[in-house]
Order: sequence, then structure tokens, then C-alpha cells
Amino acid sequence: MTQTTPEAPARRQRAQVKVRTLRTDRWWLVPLVTFLGLSSFLVYGVWAIIDTSNFVEPYIAPFASPCLSTSEVCDGARLFGWAPIGDWYALPPGLLILGLPGGFRLTCYYYRKSYYRSFWLSPAACAVQEPHGKYTGETRFPLIIQNIHRYFFYFAVVIGAILTYDAVLALVHKPLGLGSWILLVNAVLILGYTFGCHSCRHITAGRLNHFSRHPLRYRAWTFVSKLNAKHQPLAWASMFSVMGADLYVRLVAKGIIAFPYA
Amino acid sequence: MSYKAKFKVWRGEGGEGRLEDFTVEVNEGEVVLDIIHRLQATQAPDLAVRWNCKAGKCGSCSMEINGKPRLGCMTRMSTFEEDETITVTPMRTFPVIKDLVTDVSYNYQKAREVPSFTPPADVRPGEFRMKQVDVERSQEFRKCIECFMCNNICHVIRDHEENKPAFSGPRFLMRIAELDMHPYDVADRQETAQEEHGLGYCNITKCCTEVCPEHIKITDNALIPMKERVVDRKYDPLVWLGNKIFKRTS
Ligand code: SF4
Ligand code: SF4
Ligand code: FES
Ligand code: FES
Repeated sequence: MTQTTPEAPARRQRAQVKVRTLRTDRWWLVPLVTFLGLSSFLVYGVWAIIDTSNFVEPYIAPFASPCLSTSEVCDGARLFGWAPIGDWYALPPGLLILGLPGGFRLTCYYYRKSYYRSFWLSPAACAVQEPHGKYTGETRFPLIIQNIHRYFFYFAVVIGAILTYDAVLALVHKPLGLGSWILLVNAVLILGYTFGCHSCRHITAGRLNHFSRHPLRYRAWTFVSKLNAKHQPLAWASMFSVMGADLYVRLVAKGIIAFPYA
Repeated sequence: MSYKAKFKVWRGEGGEGRLEDFTVEVNEGEVVLDIIHRLQATQAPDLAVRWNCKAGKCGSCSMEINGKPRLGCMTRMSTFEEDETITVTPMRTFPVIKDLVTDVSYNYQKAREVPSFTPPADVRPGEFRMKQVDVERSQEFRKCIECFMCNNICHVIRDHEENKPAFSGPRFLMRIAELDMHPYDVADRQETAQEEHGLGYCNITKCCTEVCPEHIKITDNALIPMKERVVDRKYDPLVWLGNKIFKRTS
């Protein structure tokens, strides 16, 4: 673009268009749907923490996995028969574990975008004025804590591995069970979401400037970049799959779903 | 096939102005800039508009069409209904000179504040050796045509004029990322990206990516990777420790 010449009568005033937006499309639809989707996940999560029917041989509900204390009824799904917490813990198992995947999603670059837009309206949609008088973004407390995201990623890899282990265990014990396959599909989507993480992309080779000196890391980066390009759809797909799988196991455990191959 | 379209065009100087109504002829294959030119030729000879290439390559004709930043020369009239009223306004984030022409010097100011490419002192021109994979990533950013629609849409300054001194906008944060990823650039850009150019203001809501006419993935490929580099540099105790213990190369 040509530069404004010094003689140009540059006034220091923007066009005073006194409406919030001149957009004529349904810009509010996406934030609304996002708001409802994320809210349903929160509501379901709270219910899943309170609900106790989280295990039915050989399925364990993803929101209650891994099974860490002996006070839980989930002997068949223990990680190598191990219960590190012992028997003193009697609160809902979800409380022990959900902070990690919850924190992972809460600080995820995609989820940040989606809730900044749909909950905080900052901005609700592009070229729609936000309602806040002041804005400092992620420069200071509390939002500066979002920079912790990579640490949640490390834990998320472990959780992804555990959910895969659960699914494989279920498949071994009940290869014809619908639940086994539901858990497997969920594990695959969770892994796809986890490894498409921007922090993962950075760790593989994003932080390097000489890809050519690190061919293996570059290949990993190329793979992660492909998943990363699908991070938004994978975020939604894995969110619904983990809710769906969790609900399915609980319904089977409650006897509400009961057929031979359940 | 031609028809009469209803237009509302912002007219005025400085901040003062209003939307003026026009009814104007539209022919098949035309773009919004053609219609603005027809208004100039027929009903509003003093209507000011900036343009140059009419091919989406010079970045001059940035304006807001029905509230969205667009290149006037690349927005086909066929994307609108014939009975739709089309509103054309200048970019909202920059001061207006006249009608659709804004003063975009904020962007030139910010461009000047980014230190230029800084090679190592001992490498002379002609001695650079780079593999294609090493420069590929930043080549995407060089497609930029400097239309400044990304800076215009960014709510950090669009909705908060007071943030302008602290924030360089997606265009120049991307420029910083481009240089930081350059295999031969030795300037320290991570600390300054955060402290002087306001990378932390960006809340990765991706409007810059949505409007970029060159389809550059500004947020995913420049801003977020840059944020991760800043975390390495400023917020991650393990990376800090690792860098102390092992002499890391990149
Ligand atoms: S992603 Fe960041 S830089 Fe781009 S428009 Fe949004 S806040 Fe601005
Ligand atoms: S990055 Fe895209 S939107 Fe921004 S100035 Fe360049 S071409 Fe325009
Ligand atoms: S999980 Fe979404 S960016 Fe890390
Ligand atoms: S006139 Fe050059 S981009 Fe539109």
C-alpha cells in the first residue's frame, strides 16, 4: 500500500459509526451454539463427578479413569492392579482426576478462543464491538496463567494413554461389546485432539529454526501440524465422544442399557 | 444483465460524516469497487476511495462491506441479493481522511518499530546457506499484501483505541514471528514480542485469520507459535533450567 504523504490532512478521528456492528449476517449463531455446547459439557461434568455408577465389568467410565483408590468399585479396570491412593479416599473418583483433562481443555488455545468469544464476548464475532470498557488480554493475572498450557499437555498424554489402555482392556475382555468399541473410538479421538495441541507442535520442532538439522523432529512436527489443522473439529468430536462414552458406561452400569452385546 | 442496487456509503471528513444513500446500476461480473467507481463517475464525483491494482494484490482498497473488512476489488456483487442494501464504510480502526480513505500510518509506525533482519556478524552476504524446509514456514507470511485488514479487525485496537501504543497488531506480530523463525536471524525477538509489541494482548480469537485475503493462517502459524516461544523464554521453568544445563541450539 502506498504510504500516506506528510501533507495529507490526516485527522485523528475514526469514522463515527454509532452502531455495534454493521454486519447483516447471523453472526450471533456460532457464539450461541458454542455457549450451549460448552455449557452442556460443564453440566455433564458436574453430574458425572457426583454420579457413582462409573464401572461395570469390563468398562470404566472415562471421567472416572484411572481407578486410583480401593474404595472404588472398579477392580477389573485397575492400572496393572494398582491402587496408589489406598482406601482412605471416599470422595467421588472424578474429583481426583478431572482437574487435569479439565485444565488441559480450559487452557487449550482453541477452547480459549471459543469461550473468550462465546462467554466473554471478547469479541462475540469479528467486527462486532465487545461490551467491555477495558481490555488487557492475556498480559496479566489471571489470564497470564494460560501460559501453563504445556504442562497440562504432558499430563494429557498420560491420560490419553490410560484411556487407550482402558479401551484395549475392555476389547480383550469383551471384543463383541458395543461399549468396548465406543471406548476405543473415544480413545482415538482423544489422542487426535491431544497430539494436535499447539504446545505439542511447539515441542516437536516448532521451537527450532533449523528443521533440516533435526529430520526426525521435523517429521513429527509435520504430522502434528496436520492434526493441529483439525484441532477445532477434534476438540468438539473428542468432547462429545468422551461425554457419550462416559454416559454409555454409566447407563450400562445402572442397568438402563441392557442387551447381550452392550 | 444489469439491475439497480441500493448502496449506503459513508461520506465525510475526519470523524464527522454519515451514511449516504445511492441507487446505482450493477452489471454482470462487477465487484464492489466497480460500483464505487460508477458512483464517482455519475453521482458523487468527489467520493474518495483508495485503489490501485484491481487484482487483489496491492492491498489498497480495504474497506468494510456490510460490516466486514473486505477488499473492494475482490468482492463480487454476485455474492449479494439484488434487493439487498449494501453498506460500505471505511476501516473502523484507523482515522478517516475522507470518505473511504483512512490514514493507516499506525501500521507504518509499528512496522518501523520491528528491528530489521539481523544476520550473525560473521556471515557475509553470499555466504547464507538455507534449506527449503528451513524457510518454508516463514514464506507463508511473505504472501502478505499489507492491506491491514487484520490490524483493522483486531478487537484489541478496534474496540480499544488506548491499546494502540502497546500493541503492534497481528500484521507485525507475524513479522516478528517470521524473523524469529528465520535460521539466520540472531536478534532477540521473544522478549520484545511480549514486552514491547504486546503479544500478550492477543487472545487468539482468530479474526485476523478470518479476514486475511491471502488466507495466511496468522493465528495458528505465527501468533500461537510465537506465544509458545515466549513461554519458553519467560514462563517455563523447565526450559529455563534446560537451557542453563545444556547449551541448546535451535
Ligand atoms: S487472533 Fe489475536 S491478533 Fe488476531 S485478531 Fe484476534 S486478538 Fe487480534
Ligand atoms: S496478513 Fe493478510 S490481512 Fe494482514 S495485512 Fe497481510 S494480507 Fe492483509
Ligand atoms: S490442546 Fe488445544 S492447543 Fe493444546
Ligand atoms: S485495488 Fe489492489 S487490492 Fe484492491
